[in-house]
Amino acid sequence: MGNSVGGIDRFRKILGDRKTQGAALAVLIIFVILLPLVANNYIEEVATNTLFYIVLALGLNIVVGYAGLVDLGYAAFFAVGAYTTGILMHYGWNFWLTIPMAVLFSVIAGVIIGGPTLRLRSDYLAIVTLGFGEITRITARNLKITGGASGLVGIQRPSIFGHILNQITDFYYLFFILVILAVLVAMRLHNSRLGRAWQYIREDEDAAEAMGIDPVKTKLYAYMIGAAFGGIAGAFFAVKMTAISPETFAFTQSAMILLAVILGGMGKIPGAILGAVFLVLFPEIFRGIGQTRMLFFGIMLVIIMVFRPQGLWPERKG
Amino acid sequence: MSILEVQKLTLRFGGLTAVSNLSFELEENTIMSLIGPNGAGKTSAFNCLTGFYKGSEGEILFKGQSIFRQKPHKITKLGMARTFQNLRLFKDMTVLENVMSGMHSRTKAGVFGAILRLPSQVHEEQRIRQVSKECLDFVGILDKESRLARNLAYGDQRRVEWARALATQPQLLLLDEPAAGLNQDEKEQLVGLIRRIRKDLGITVLLIEHDMGLVMKVSEKIVVIDYGQKIAEGTAEEVKNNPRVIEAYLGKEDEE
Repeated sequence: MGNSVGGIDRFRKILGDRKTQGAALAVLIIFVILLPLVANNYIEEVATNTLFYIVLALGLNIVVGYAGLVDLGYAAFFAVGAYTTGILMHYGWNFWLTIPMAVLFSVIAGVIIGGPTLRLRSDYLAIVTLGFGEITRITARNLKITGGASGLVGIQRPSIFGHILNQITDFYYLFFILVILAVLVAMRLHNSRLGRAWQYIREDEDAAEAMGIDPVKTKLYAYMIGAAFGGIAGAFFAVKMTAISPETFAFTQSAMILLAVILGGMGKIPGAILGAVFLVLFPEIFRGIGQTRMLFFGIMLVIIMVFRPQGLWPERKG
Repeated sequence: MSILEVQKLTLRFGGLTAVSNLSFELEENTIMSLIGPNGAGKTSAFNCLTGFYKGSEGEILFKGQSIFRQKPHKITKLGMARTFQNLRLFKDMTVLENVMSGMHSRTKAGVFGAILRLPSQVHEEQRIRQVSKECLDFVGILDKESRLARNLAYGDQRRVEWARALATQPQLLLLDEPAAGLNQDEKEQLVGLIRRIRKDLGITVLLIEHDMGLVMKVSEKIVVIDYGQKIAEGTAEEVKNNPRVIEAYLGKEDEE
């Protein structure tokens, strides 16, 4: 274990050079683009799922990694986005037009949960967000408009320029584009006035406030942007699955995404990506050993956290 | 004209009165010190001024506007900056990034500006960097801009704090024990720096300090407090010869 983790460090050292970094990135992107040409349906399905979790992890990384806030109910934002799209399409909306609404409603959800709670200390925030996640799921279970416990079914597939997106390959590329956009947005936010404000607050809230930064407002922005990521991911999830049910957004979903962020190394984009990849691929690769694979998965996570508490690809301090 | 007016400020923690009926005025463009023996309530008073504690009674006027029980970030935005007695740097960020934090309240780029890299945002980022570098240059550590704050020597970390406070472009600068932990040489430089802050930048300075030598040298006016109350006020000469001050402060210092 220690060896393979050391391997990541060595790999990062080789990547330290900008040119090598660019080349490695280019190879990676070409690989991702060409993958559907050689892969079977199963591999494509898993890869699409991976890309999807990368978007969610990048979104939660803004809340947890950049702003340093605990969020145990991230699936709620993802649910709000998915249900918004599902319901609106049921009323005949075009999929692409539901996306802004999905963003709007998940951001509103972010404000509702964040507004009153961001004054709390992080351990209380954990409890409140956990509760919020459950409230969202249970509400979806009991409302008529969300289809109750059985959820929404028969959500239409979207089309683009007359071409209906119904193949797994279509969604694979769609989610790949989403990942690229998410990375771009996350990177730009990180290197901005707002991104720095998050970092200041994470490092020392009092000092940040003495510098004229409004902590509550700044944290709320992190919540809103994280929620928007979740909402967009949810909207695409709804049309890919064509059916959504409350149990899709259970606590384990929130925990998985949070795990991806922590496992990868909080605050770093490659970390969040790596965490999400590991989290989706590990249980798939070891599908052969049956139910016990989740046990091994758990043990593996504990070992990683023991030997590498800062995550697989943490922020570089140099 | 006074830039800061403190009127009958009282701060209670439960039964304990940390600051009691404290009143003083600070003239624009002066250097003033607030002194007193350990536990006299200096830092408590200081924290009321900067919004970190909420005073129980009284009034604080900054530029004629009430800042009593106001939030710290709003006070900073109004033009009052502070430093911390124990260094409170963003340790895992570079020196330049630390100072850039000061420009936050003077700039406004938001979410969309950042995501779309709007020209106004790019321009603003350049300005933030430039002002921050000027502040670093002013305190004399521009050559260390890309080092991590935690890796600097203690004296240089102090300078980062000052530069960061200056980057908020204040009219009033509050220094909480700026000389703590500095050696004699660095204290001399601090005296020069405080004078330059007033003279070159036109910023009024209020400091809390233990080092009497430094206080006497640099202050034009001194307010002495003990047990949360003002016991004397005046120039260094006047304060030095005040029997109540000698009793409360200088007498005790001998025992230390």
